[in-house]
Amino acid sequence: MRHLIPEFEAMKKRLPPGENGVLVLPCLKRIQEDRGYVADEDIDGLVEYLGVPRIQVEEVLSFYGMLRRAPIGRFHLQVCHNVSCSMHGAERLLDRLQSRLGIAPGQTTPDGRFTLSRVECLGSCGTAPVLMVNERYYELQSEPLLDVLLEELGKP
Amino acid sequence: MTGRKVLMDFEVTPTSHTLEAYLARGGYQALAKALRGMKPGEVTQEIVDSGLQGRGGAAFPAGRKWQVIDPHDGQPHYLVANADEGEPGTFKDRWVLEHSPHTLLESMLIASYALGVRHSFIYIRGEFDLPWRRVSAAIEEAYAAGYFGENILGTGFSCDIFVFRGAGAYVCGEASSLLASIEGSRGYPRNRPPRLTVKGLFQRPTVVNNVETLSNLAWIIGHGAAAFRQIGTPKSPGTRLISVSGHIARPGVYEVELGYSWAKFLHDECGGVSCDRELKAVIPGGISSQVLTGRDAKVLTPHDVETMILDHDALWQAGSSLGSGGMIVIAEGTCMVSLLRVMLRFYHHESCGQCTPCREGMGWLHRIVDRILAGKGRPEDIDLMYRISKANDGTTICGLGDAAGYATVAMLDRFRDEFDWCVEHKRSKYDGNLECRPST
Ligand SMILES: Cc1cc2nc3c(=O)[nH]c(=O)nc-3n(C[C@H](O)[C@H](O)[C@H](O)COP(=O)(O)O)c2cc1C
Ligand code: SF4
Ligand code: FES
Repeated sequence: MRHLIPEFEAMKKRLPPGENGVLVLPCLKRIQEDRGYVADEDIDGLVEYLGVPRIQVEEVLSFYGMLRRAPIGRFHLQVCHNVSCSMHGAERLLDRLQSRLGIAPGQTTPDGRFTLSRVECLGSCGTAPVLMVNERYYELQSEPLLDVLLEELGKP
Repeated sequence: MTGRKVLMDFEVTPTSHTLEAYLARGGYQALAKALRGMKPGEVTQEIVDSGLQGRGGAAFPAGRKWQVIDPHDGQPHYLVANADEGEPGTFKDRWVLEHSPHTLLESMLIASYALGVRHSFIYIRGEFDLPWRRVSAAIEEAYAAGYFGENILGTGFSCDIFVFRGAGAYVCGEASSLLASIEGSRGYPRNRPPRLTVKGLFQRPTVVNNVETLSNLAWIIGHGAAAFRQIGTPKSPGTRLISVSGHIARPGVYEVELGYSWAKFLHDECGGVSCDRELKAVIPGGISSQVLTGRDAKVLTPHDVETMILDHDALWQAGSSLGSGGMIVIAEGTCMVSLLRVMLRFYHHESCGQCTPCREGMGWLHRIVDRILAGKGRPEDIDLMYRISKANDGTTICGLGDAAGYATVAMLDRFRDEFDWCVEHKRSKYDGNLECRPST
């Protein structure tokens, strides 16, 4: 994480001085973006850099659903299964992805290419059903569109 | 048209979110008016007089919240825009963030001036990527133009803003949990008192307002509280952004003047229920608001025009609320038991676990509804669900537990026959169907 410290320093510019705790979550997210997950040595580095207790960093890591301690697949497919998406076939999309990828939600394909997850409302209910691939939203999805998407993502 | 507009009063184009376009529609003039011609207390008084109510769920008067803060008491104060938008069915703040970020920024500057805020925050949900990029770009534009930073518009007022991105926890939309999250802790809600306006972020007086609530300020200061009160109803002034989804022909975000006919809105603007089905139910304001049957809501046909309006009081009287403005339309043929299962799975997953009735109750309710749908329901299960739901009432730290309980009770009350049928026949009356397709 050390190479990110200049970026962290820049973030401080617009924050109230002396409140280092504010940086815990933003730093963890930036580290994860960089490495793909948060490693032990990142925690060590952050504890030292911010001067916060280690337990605080560990607690934050275990609380937030988007933070992870281990790598996942190159493409993270997150399918919303909340009310409005369920009303537009989210379960059918999940079934399709499970059978096409041969994995259940929470799993990664053996080639490390795809990870599948179920998630709660993504705030895009008007264009349900919705899934996320890494940072991007794919709205108004259907089984045929999923097949096209998987092909684009290099699913043989 | 759904009445007069405050926030969606311009045409969305590929560049309408930029500073240039915002200035061309008169942007940042309200800020200049406040900074140059009004004292902080006068700004707050204007918001009090406008009657603006919170748009995040509870419709609490914004002015009354602000009045708790004394901008001259010599300590730091903080302002946070709640852009966590996690209430299922709700996607209206995202419209503001993507299409009109400067309206929010100008409004936050006005609020910061009124409240004596030097450092302000936008807490945006972690999944929102385009909204985050739009807001971040708008902030850079605003800094470059001298609207943020030191000595804004040469008036001596200084203010910074920081965009804080969440990381996938629904409960962090709750104001105290959101502040804990910014402080770098787990997002655990905390008991009140002390109120956040007394001890909030870093133990200092803090105002947390919803994105839409704040975004009204530029208009109110620009046009005056009296003009704002001309819009909407006497008790619910202004408009609401309503995000409509579910079994509806034209889903999307609409700005509706408070007091507008609900039936006309649903049938004329939103095109009515999909697939020519009858309307079975509506969840008016996010899944944490209580479900109404089409008949309760008096919106079954476009001819119900005179009977039910969209405003806070009308919805409260009907036993529900406008909540977060996340309206979900449910067609005939939908299995309400399965729908409740989706809701309870969500609450079970999102309970932060601090309060026993919420932590245990949500899991228990989820397991019961699963078992009912699997054909293993027992006759006493419905009463048990009532008991568990009611155990949350007033016994939990934050509103998640209560609201989940009320929402469950409303589903049981209004669709009791369907739950009983499922227990008795060991299967869903509608085969668990949640979709509304020509083929289903
Ligand atoms: C579990 C829970 C989640 C909430 N999520 C949000 C949210 O995503 N956005 C929001 O503005 N308010 C949310 N609220 C309401 C906030 O606690 C707070 O009342 C609101 O942001 C105040 O703003 P307002 O007065 O302008 O509405 C939530 C409340 C609870 C109990
Ligand atoms: S009501 Fe539920 S979510 Fe809210 S503080 Fe208690 S356990 Fe956490
Ligand atoms: S329910 Fe899927 S985005 Fe809201």
